[in-house]
Amino acid sequence: MMKGKVKKWASDYGLFLLVILALLSIWEWVVEKGFIPSFILPSPTAIWKSLVENEQILLQVHLPATLEEVLIGFFLSIIGGVFLGVAMHFSRILEKILYPFLVISQTIPLIAISPIFIMWFGYSIWSKIAVTILTAFFPIVVSTYDGLKAGGNEYQELLLTMGANRFHIFKKVQIPMALPNFLSGLKMSVVYCVVGATIGEWLGASEGLGYFSRRMSGNLQADAVFAAIFLLSLLGIVLFLIISLLEKLLLKNKLR
Amino acid sequence: MIGLFDSSILGIENLSYVFPGEEKEKSIFQHVSLDVKPGEFVSIIGSSGSGKSTLFRLIAGLLEPTSGQIWINGQLSDKRLGKVGYMPQKDLLLPWRTVIDNVSLPLELTKENKKQKLTEIKEWLSRFGLSGYENAYPHELSGGMKQRVAFLRTMMTGKELLLLDEPFGALDSLTKRNMHSWLLELWGELQKTVLFITHDLEEAILLSDRIYLLPGRNKPFIQEVNVDLPRPRNSELIYQSEFIGMRKELEWLIRDER
Repeated sequence: MMKGKVKKWASDYGLFLLVILALLSIWEWVVEKGFIPSFILPSPTAIWKSLVENEQILLQVHLPATLEEVLIGFFLSIIGGVFLGVAMHFSRILEKILYPFLVISQTIPLIAISPIFIMWFGYSIWSKIAVTILTAFFPIVVSTYDGLKAGGNEYQELLLTMGANRFHIFKKVQIPMALPNFLSGLKMSVVYCVVGATIGEWLGASEGLGYFSRRMSGNLQADAVFAAIFLLSLLGIVLFLIISLLEKLLLKNKLR
Repeated sequence: MIGLFDSSILGIENLSYVFPGEEKEKSIFQHVSLDVKPGEFVSIIGSSGSGKSTLFRLIAGLLEPTSGQIWINGQLSDKRLGKVGYMPQKDLLLPWRTVIDNVSLPLELTKENKKQKLTEIKEWLSRFGLSGYENAYPHELSGGMKQRVAFLRTMMTGKELLLLDEPFGALDSLTKRNMHSWLLELWGELQKTVLFITHDLEEAILLSDRIYLLPGRNKPFIQEVNVDLPRPRNSELIYQSEFIGMRKELEWLIRDER
């Protein structure tokens, strides 16, 4: 059994790991040989060294700060996104009014609107959360709304013949059927949250991985910038995996 | 007109349904009349496209007739949703619910106490040959078992009249044969009235008290055939000469229809 699992894991991720390893080796070699100056592209080992050197401040100050923005932003996006998605599902008028606004909200360049958020909310955590929400709520609204629309007409009719009302159908057919779509939306959204928080921090903050990487780039400390980017990417991956796990648990028996 | 269907559980008078199309309307069937008495097992046969399923959707209240009337329990019924038990062609078991949760779905929609009924449901499950599968999910069941779960769910609506739309149509012939034996055995204790769509003549004769042939191209009226075979029946009946005689008669009627 164990052997089979290892084998499957190796066949799923082995190639990816091999390529990563090869890329890192080439990268290291190119920088080591001096083909590219290390202040432009630091070597992987230099990045790792910087990570270890700054470990305390990165892991105890900046990572928690970014994580806090991401989690609050994600949480508020879920509440707002689900609310809007459900409201649009139940009201055609709301749908017609809100949908264009939703799309417009996604066409606004984040970098351009972020200074406005800083004007409104100052350098407090809320300016960062506002940017996070702006990037993260859209996939949630759309996935909720589309998920609720997603078919199941035959089931709905069956319940109608049993004397069900609209609320019954919503609760017993539409919510379970919307769940796969909704969870896909969550996965996208949580990754966007990390992006949003980082952009927010770049434009004005006193802590956070985005702020740290900006300060370090000002100091031309490329290795520290890369270290922060590495942590941000790791954060995104971990959050994504958590939602994927949740998805697996919830949908275990929902798919035929 | 009043009192016409007093003793019927279902009465249909001059029912027509025209499919509302954008450019040309399509008449599905016209002037269909039939009635079903309490406790009867009545089959409906018709060639494909004769509107059998549409008829059921009309009775269940999912569609409104173009003209004609539908009486349920002796009352002219405009709002029919929730008045009869309807089992569509596909089993439509909710894949995220276990067998027992699928079966108790109708109870959740009415204000009935689900817990109280649980012992009754468990008893039915065992009589339906489903004990031990209470917590299985639909994808873990065989085709025949799925149909039985769907049938039990329809029964749990508590309605006296059950509309079964080709419940055994998708099963292989051996499974189908087993389902017939099972249903014939069970029929005495079910105490239900069944209206049953099929295109399998043997099945119709074996199970029914009466058979309706829906209007076809050459015969614009509905035909009725009585099945005078004694109950209780078993599936061996199909080898008896009376049965074969009935079958010949029915086949002749249908061939004549084309």
